[in-house]
Amino acid sequence: MKYVDEFRDRKLIDKVAGEIRGEADTVRTYNFMEVCGTHTMSIFRFGLRDILPDNINLISGPGCPVCVTPNEFIDKAIALARRKDIVIATFGDMFKVPGSYSSLEKEKAKGAAVKMVYSSMDALDMAMKNPDKEIIFLGIGFETTAPTVAQSIVAAKKGKVGNYSVLCGHKTMPEALKVLTKEPGLKIDGFLLPGHVSAIIGTRPYEFLAARGKRCVVTGFEPLDILQAILMLLKQNAPKVEIQYTRLISRGGNKLAMDSIAKVFSPCDSFWRGIGSIKNSGLRIRREFSAFDAEQKFKPDIARPKENRSCICGDVIKGIKTPLECRLFAKACNPEHPVGACMVSSEGACAAYYKYKGRING
Amino acid sequence: MCLGIPMKVIKIDGDEGLVEAGGLRKKANFSLMKSAKPGDYILMHAGFAIEKLKESEARKTLRALRDL
Amino acid sequence: MDKITLAHGSGGTLMHKLIDSLVMKELDNPILRQKKDSAVFKVGRAHFAFTTDSYVVSPIFFPGGDIGSLAVHGTVNDLSVCGARPICLSLGLIIEEGLDRAVLEKILRSAAASAKKAGVNIVTGDTKVVEKGSCDKIFINTSGLGEVYYDELAIDRIKADDVVIVSGSIGEHAISVLSEREGIGFKTKIKSDSAALNKLISKVLAVPGSVKFMRDPTRGGVATTLNEITASRKFGIALDEKAIPVTAGVRQACELLGFDPLYLACEGRVIFIAAKKDAGKLLKIIRKDVHGRSAAIIGEVTKEQKGRVCLNTIAGGSRLVDMLSGEQLPRIC
Repeated sequence: MKYVDEFRDRKLIDKVAGEIRGEADTVRTYNFMEVCGTHTMSIFRFGLRDILPDNINLISGPGCPVCVTPNEFIDKAIALARRKDIVIATFGDMFKVPGSYSSLEKEKAKGAAVKMVYSSMDALDMAMKNPDKEIIFLGIGFETTAPTVAQSIVAAKKGKVGNYSVLCGHKTMPEALKVLTKEPGLKIDGFLLPGHVSAIIGTRPYEFLAARGKRCVVTGFEPLDILQAILMLLKQNAPKVEIQYTRLISRGGNKLAMDSIAKVFSPCDSFWRGIGSIKNSGLRIRREFSAFDAEQKFKPDIARPKENRSCICGDVIKGIKTPLECRLFAKACNPEHPVGACMVSSEGACAAYYKYKGRING
Repeated sequence: MCLGIPMKVIKIDGDEGLVEAGGLRKKANFSLMKSAKPGDYILMHAGFAIEKLKESEARKTLRALRDL
Repeated sequence: MDKITLAHGSGGTLMHKLIDSLVMKELDNPILRQKKDSAVFKVGRAHFAFTTDSYVVSPIFFPGGDIGSLAVHGTVNDLSVCGARPICLSLGLIIEEGLDRAVLEKILRSAAASAKKAGVNIVTGDTKVVEKGSCDKIFINTSGLGEVYYDELAIDRIKADDVVIVSGSIGEHAISVLSEREGIGFKTKIKSDSAALNKLISKVLAVPGSVKFMRDPTRGGVATTLNEITASRKFGIALDEKAIPVTAGVRQACELLGFDPLYLACEGRVIFIAAKKDAGKLLKIIRKDVHGRSAAIIGEVTKEQKGRVCLNTIAGGSRLVDMLSGEQLPRIC
């Protein structure tokens, strides 16, 4: 059992797709939101919309950390990158994201030290090997990534690494989902819940969704996972939170990881690009670890952040509009010159639609 | 969010370990999960082993799909 | 943008735009406008191909090759895919102050060995040394002259129902180089596929008129190369995902880093476009060659989706495969 190809079996995919067509009531439309950016990518990568009946809509949600990171965060990262003895270490995802005035990619072209890493521990390693530089890691991501970054801070404290810090932009999912259910323009029948975030937080944080009448299935990322989850959503009579991704998820989540988050971070209000400020939806570094908080350490000075007024990434992220309804889409905003984060992020709805649009328009 | 891939544990020494898939080997940090041992499959995300994959559940899922 | 970024060098749309808006504008002439892998032209009755390429790969030594062998293979291949037999190469070296002499020796020995194996001579060259920091250890430029022996390559010959053949599994060069890079680092047995393909290609071209078009999928990968072929044309290309040869190791690396193998550079692979009736014969010939063992038919030319490349996925859906826009970056999301 290798856990990958088995869940891409074509015969089983065809079978489940057939079951979905049989189960879906043809006189109505189903709107299912797939929250997680990695789900958006998977659906697009395998062309799953093609094998679903037309009355099932998969709506992309705000679970794309790049898409919801406000310009202000990038502006701060850039302000820090411009300083001579600072190296910015970041996941590749953030490299091309436009801030108010520039991007890390553009700053690198102008001589700023920006390095891409696979893990926050690689950034810590870099700090230990380069004692004359400050290595600042850009902490982006939800509850799957936050504990890994927390551990890098714990390790930095233990190893007394004085030149490592994190610019913290982590966000958490449940509060954002709460906001979505109150969004007036949004008609969601059910959620494909993020499989890997759930590996950390378990399923209890989502129970309020079922209480508000939404069907929920915690879903894996392979084609069979997504298809099975859709079938499970169709079959739910009374809304509840079910687990499709049983091979990884337990209702209680990963306690060690949750403890790690709680040890290093505390909840705070957070600004989600396109949505606005959501209470308790972000993480900030606790005072005991303030020596590793880049914001506290360096207090980056930035010009007033600005967001592009024509950019409707917010509505796209909330599933109210599709990228095709944006004035800038495929004109001023495209993968080479992205205006909004939904276009930059490889999992953003706009980036996915851009590759799709040729087919939608024939 | 959360690109994670299943990888097999080759060895663990404290918090550090080595995982493998398709002939590719990578260092992994095991400080977020204590119960892994060589031969287990874990989910690898951003350089960390996040959780163990349960073979029995995987087989159950596939069987349920076959039985549809 | 007023600055050139790394994305401009990665073989995708940004690079093409740079070439069109700057290079072509300043240097425009009919031969340059061919925009093939080599310039092809006649001098009297002689039919020549001429090409140049610069190699800046880092690290300079990687599993399966080094910058020296890469520089020879790349230029030999650029001549070969234009139906030319390589006659000779030039070798230009830009060396960073402080490079170990032993390293330079190793690279030159490797270039010499690769040239000998390919049956081509390095007949002229140049050596420059620049201050520390002005280049990354060593940059190499090779130019090549070849004699055209197969005159029937033309995008205009491509029609619906033609097949697309790739001479072997994809992405190995890109992954072998990446595995050595700081910040990503993983251990793998994957070796670069860098190889001189002139002999393989000459065997294939011995079947008269069979190959309608050829290109080697280097920077930007198979996806970019196929998009270059379909751009502004009256045909499209539909790929069959399950037919595309990708080794397990490359597949894993792609899953780990969030890459699509179709965008990964190969340095020892060719894409052939041929009529369906010739496909079986050509495949047999390619597979007999040591560099063509994993060759496969990966798709076909279509009337639909004009100007675009489509992929029929393993799940039964489909998606567009665009040209790479900048660089593929590792992601965790």
